[in-house]
Amino acid sequence: MTDFLSKSPRSTLSRRDLLRGSAALGGVAALSGFPGVARAQSALTVGFIYVGPRDDFGYNQSHAIGAAAVKAMEGVTVVEEENVPETIDVQKSMESMINFDGATLIFPTSFGYFDPHILTLAPKYPDVRFEHCGGLWSADKHPTNVGSYFGYIGMGQYLNGIAAGHATKTKKIGFVAAKPIPQVLLNINSFLLGARAVDPSITCQVIFTGEWSLAVKEAEATNALVDAGADVITCHVDGPKVVVETAAGRGAFVCGYHADQSALSPDKYLTGAEWNWAKVYTDMVSATMKGEAIPNFVRGGLADGFIKMSPLGPAVPEAGRAQFEAVKAEIEKGGFSVIKGPLKDNAGNVVATDGQAFLETDPALEGMAYLVEGVIGSTS
Amino acid sequence: MAAVEQIFRATEAAGFGSLIRRSEAVAVPVLALIVGAAVFGLFLLTQGKSPVDFIAYVWQGGFGSAFSWQNTLSRAAPLLMAAMCVALPARLGLVVIGGEGAIVLGGVATGALGAHLAWAPAPLGITLMVIAAMAVGGIWIGMAGALRHYRGVNETISSLLLSYTAIALMNHLVEGPLRDPASLNKPSTAPLAETMRVGPLPGMDVHWGLALGVLACILCWILIERTAWGFAARIAGGNVRAAQVQGLAVGKLVIGFTALGGAIAGLAGFFEVSTVHGSANASLAAGYGYTGILIAFLARQNTLAIIPVAILLAGIEASSGLVQRRMGLPDATMQVLQGIVFISILMSDAAYGRLAIFKPKGN
Repeated sequence: MTDFLSKSPRSTLSRRDLLRGSAALGGVAALSGFPGVARAQSALTVGFIYVGPRDDFGYNQSHAIGAAAVKAMEGVTVVEEENVPETIDVQKSMESMINFDGATLIFPTSFGYFDPHILTLAPKYPDVRFEHCGGLWSADKHPTNVGSYFGYIGMGQYLNGIAAGHATKTKKIGFVAAKPIPQVLLNINSFLLGARAVDPSITCQVIFTGEWSLAVKEAEATNALVDAGADVITCHVDGPKVVVETAAGRGAFVCGYHADQSALSPDKYLTGAEWNWAKVYTDMVSATMKGEAIPNFVRGGLADGFIKMSPLGPAVPEAGRAQFEAVKAEIEKGGFSVIKGPLKDNAGNVVATDGQAFLETDPALEGMAYLVEGVIGSTS
Repeated sequence: MAAVEQIFRATEAAGFGSLIRRSEAVAVPVLALIVGAAVFGLFLLTQGKSPVDFIAYVWQGGFGSAFSWQNTLSRAAPLLMAAMCVALPARLGLVVIGGEGAIVLGGVATGALGAHLAWAPAPLGITLMVIAAMAVGGIWIGMAGALRHYRGVNETISSLLLSYTAIALMNHLVEGPLRDPASLNKPSTAPLAETMRVGPLPGMDVHWGLALGVLACILCWILIERTAWGFAARIAGGNVRAAQVQGLAVGKLVIGFTALGGAIAGLAGFFEVSTVHGSANASLAAGYGYTGILIAFLARQNTLAIIPVAILLAGIEASSGLVQRRMGLPDATMQVLQGIVFISILMSDAAYGRLAIFKPKGN
């Protein structure tokens, strides 16, 4: 799936200068006396755009941690913008980074930035590299100066499930989810299947809030799950802070998601499925600095260092630690399948026959529309 | 001040007294803006940031180059139309704050219809989508007007609640019946046929929504200031009982003006889908409706004044990225600025008629 045709950003210098020149004609020059308007030059300017606040203890923070790792690299200038909606705003933010900051490598990190926003802008700026998080690039449809990367984080939720399976007393665990889309459904199913690898009698109740970031509903959903008897909670929303704090406040254990939330509740935090964008971003930036092309389509999981687990918390019992580490080691070897037969969905339909197994890279998982047996909840 | 006083008195002596009284309508909001900006400057100083830098970046990012202007004008387009949804009912004394709902549903109507118009020639298809978007927006806000007139329901509350309902309805439709099965992780309606997309204004990277927004502001000003309907609306806005005694059709005015405001907001939804997004999805609820409230109040519900105010606000938003990147300030800074300006404008209402300088001395 990879494609090495992408252009080297080395060729961008003249265009960058041209853009700067035209911006200056527009009146910027008049302001050059103001402090800070003139920027220090460096070999490469990299832009990061986040859809929410960069300190959300979640999705955006995971990317901001990656940006911070790039910032620490020699000869790189990093510019960042947070709370940029998936509207014309993000197109203009990208253009502003190109025109005012001379950014030649941009990471617009929200899924909804891709179509139509990056796709609209990329042909206009052929010498700028757009790297989008979401894994949507396809060679026959999309420009070559656009790249796409993503991680298989379902395995992380499977390991969360193993920790949860050992911690639960009520044999009921809970999941606060944003929207019933394939990526979220895979996480929910993986979490339950991990727990069932410990004890097949465990059930997982799921509540969808309908929004990626809606603190009030997330708190309500967490309380409702704890009221219904769940004693381990995890989530897939943009910022898990509210879920973690609410669950821990009610005495339930929590498994994290997106970033490390252990600081919010060191005693109740079992482990968490985290993005490891620092590795992905520093790899991509150093390739760019060396003049090497970044493949247009990059994906990886736990084995590739795209995903990592938070250190196990004190509440995970000894037996749990052993199983967690053993399964983690097996996943890191590669070839592990979470979705494997015999498996039914929670409406009784067969989703995997005996002997059938889906690797995490299997495209069939990208259209997932079911919740597996043992998950209490509905996708519609 | 003495010099200004002298000029004013001379103007008055020359027979242009009304000019002075009118200038109050400009001077008071400008004064409020300056006070608001000063308070915000103090806030920046408490954060250890320079207000001068801030102004420099707002200028550079919003107005300092051709790109900055295109950035600003692109953002102004939906705001112009969103503000009209507040300003038109306001002339009748109604405070409608639910324009967001009309924008969202206008966008959904455009997406739902546009996906099935591949057969139609562009002018026909686009006309159909515009009608659908405006009708849906008009009905939605018109409902708040009708509830007000027939049931005495507070239109501020009902329009806000209707906008929540509209967003919930949009989510239901794009995630359910109208969902394009190919839109896996970001549920959307099926993409508009390529011929149904509206392009940019000639020679600019700004879409046609800007031109239509400006046109709507001008036409509505004519409607309010130069027609019998507008005159009747202003009377009803001044004193509803007096208007009823005079036999004015207050019900028709209330429903008509709220519906027209909603229709214009619906048009903003049409442009979002047909120019920016290409399909309807949750990104339609981008908060334009709420910024529109601020703009309409800043413009003191004058639809002509909405044009410069919307461009000013859009310019501030256009520069927010540069402010974030260069000054290390969080995005919330712009909300602090908007909040302070909004409060100082509302408080400035108390200044009308109290500034001696605007009072005619002669006659």
